[in-house]
Amino acid sequence: MDGIHGDFYLKRPGFVLDVKLAFPARGVTALFGPSGSGKTTILRCIAGLERVVGRLRVGGEVWQDAEQWKPPHQRSLGYVFQEASLFAHLSVLDNLRYGLKRMAAAEPKNLEQAIDLLDLSPLLSRKPAKLSGGERQRAAIARAVALSPRLLLMDEPLASLDFSRKQEILPYLERLHQLREIPILYVTHSADEIVRLADHLMVIDQGRMVAQGPLGEIMTGLEPPVRLDEFAGTIVEGVIGAKDSIFYLARLDFPGGSLWLVDDGLTLGDRVRVRVLARDVSLTMEPGQSSIHNVLRGQIDGIVADNHPGLVLVRIRVGETIFLARLTKRAAQDLLLGVGQQLWMQVSHLGLVPLGA
Amino acid sequence: MLECCHFPFTLDSVLSKSDLESIGLTIRLASTVTLILLVIGTPVAWWLARTKSAWKGVLGAVVALPLVLPPSVLGFYLLMAMGPAGMVGKLTQALGFAPWPFSFGGLVVASVIYSLPFMVQPLQTAFEAIGDRPLEAAATLRASPLDAFFTVAIPLAFPGFINACVLTFAHTVGEFGVVLMIGGNLPGVTRVASVQIYDHVEALEYQAAHHLALFMMFFSFIVLLGLYMWLPRTSRES
Repeated sequence: MDGIHGDFYLKRPGFVLDVKLAFPARGVTALFGPSGSGKTTILRCIAGLERVVGRLRVGGEVWQDAEQWKPPHQRSLGYVFQEASLFAHLSVLDNLRYGLKRMAAAEPKNLEQAIDLLDLSPLLSRKPAKLSGGERQRAAIARAVALSPRLLLMDEPLASLDFSRKQEILPYLERLHQLREIPILYVTHSADEIVRLADHLMVIDQGRMVAQGPLGEIMTGLEPPVRLDEFAGTIVEGVIGAKDSIFYLARLDFPGGSLWLVDDGLTLGDRVRVRVLARDVSLTMEPGQSSIHNVLRGQIDGIVADNHPGLVLVRIRVGETIFLARLTKRAAQDLLLGVGQQLWMQVSHLGLVPLGA
Repeated sequence: MLECCHFPFTLDSVLSKSDLESIGLTIRLASTVTLILLVIGTPVAWWLARTKSAWKGVLGAVVALPLVLPPSVLGFYLLMAMGPAGMVGKLTQALGFAPWPFSFGGLVVASVIYSLPFMVQPLQTAFEAIGDRPLEAAATLRASPLDAFFTVAIPLAFPGFINACVLTFAHTVGEFGVVLMIGGNLPGVTRVASVQIYDHVEALEYQAAHHLALFMMFFSFIVLLGLYMWLPRTSRES
């Protein structure tokens, strides 16, 4: 059977972990939750660094069940820790080779690919102490990727870095995501990283799984288990159906409508993914003259209170696609919004999200 | 002038044959003890550094015991145990070995026990300083625990190994009370340098005592100097 399936049970003073997880063996699955919710523990259980009661099957191979438990070194996995955790006594290249040397069927091209992917060529002969924080984390990611494991586990790989270092690493993670060769389980508590990287989402709180499913579905749920706050919104996937070469615009066609976006070298037929944040969506009864040219006809699907007492989140259905709009409670009342109502939706900003093949 | 710089010549003329013999014996004893303790002490230190067992405190205390006991106490018990009426003595007799007291072998066994903390404690500290993370990283990179121990833990703890070996060696060289209790004063067999100096003083040969004592000081200083000049360089590289 495909995919990764597991359940784990662990009891410690003041903490109980009791989760059942299932996620696809492709793309990036984000494991999201507040500090102390058990994200890292789950990752450690999957890696076998923590031995608890449970079962785990990765792409048809049993790693743990009632009868057997594979020690970590016999599991086909890669692990990127929060801090790079490179071996201080080895050069970057020897760090990268450490795992490969221990694999029966190691492909030399995997090493080269990992070095290329993370731009490590100029750093190979250096010792970890001579690297910056960002370079160290890149080397640690390459060390895990080079194994081309069945599952790559990443434990908040950006958490120990400052903002500019994060921006330095994120493009590499996006490239890794686009290659889509290795399934990744990515622990984070950053909504921004989820929106940029994840295809699938698992939300955990106090040792329990609160929600799991495709990112789009979970994000547009009306009782969002994830407090995405400023990042609340939708991911819309579609195909570039037209281009306007005079105004440098491209039209994204999705099930139920289309949106225009600024053309940064897109080609006809490209599959792209855009992020529409709830704060960038406004609602109107009559579309008038406006600087906003993305106006879609939709139907209200639901209205809920947002985190702030003055705000509401409105769920709008456009064909098969769900959008979220964040309004003030007063605006919702002035417009007499109600479930089932037809209206116009204006989108003031679209963010292009990298998409895997 | 040239002759004074010819080291062996100078040594020979200042130190007597029995002095040189005692120095040779001391170095042989300290090297043997260091090698044996490297083999015994490494797993003990590793276990102490990694275990969560309640026995950690007990073993730790036993290992540290030679630090606080007067050497004569330790020597006395060892003499009793190794003697013909002692448990170890009966065993060695039954196995057809010569009795251990007043032999080089007995000296080695006694020194191994006496110098144990000087090997185990620096190693334990070095292993503890590594922490779990590098070993976990090794495990996720397909290294078995034994593999990770040799390829990650030992290289990372290397300065600790050097430190432990030098301390053990130096401590064995400086041993006096235990040697006297267990080994006595047999020329060429158990008469190490520290005992030889004592003999010189007893015989009022202050000049000879001076020469040997000076040599020991010089030797110890050079060894430690070499170590402390070299160690920071290796740890900076890593």
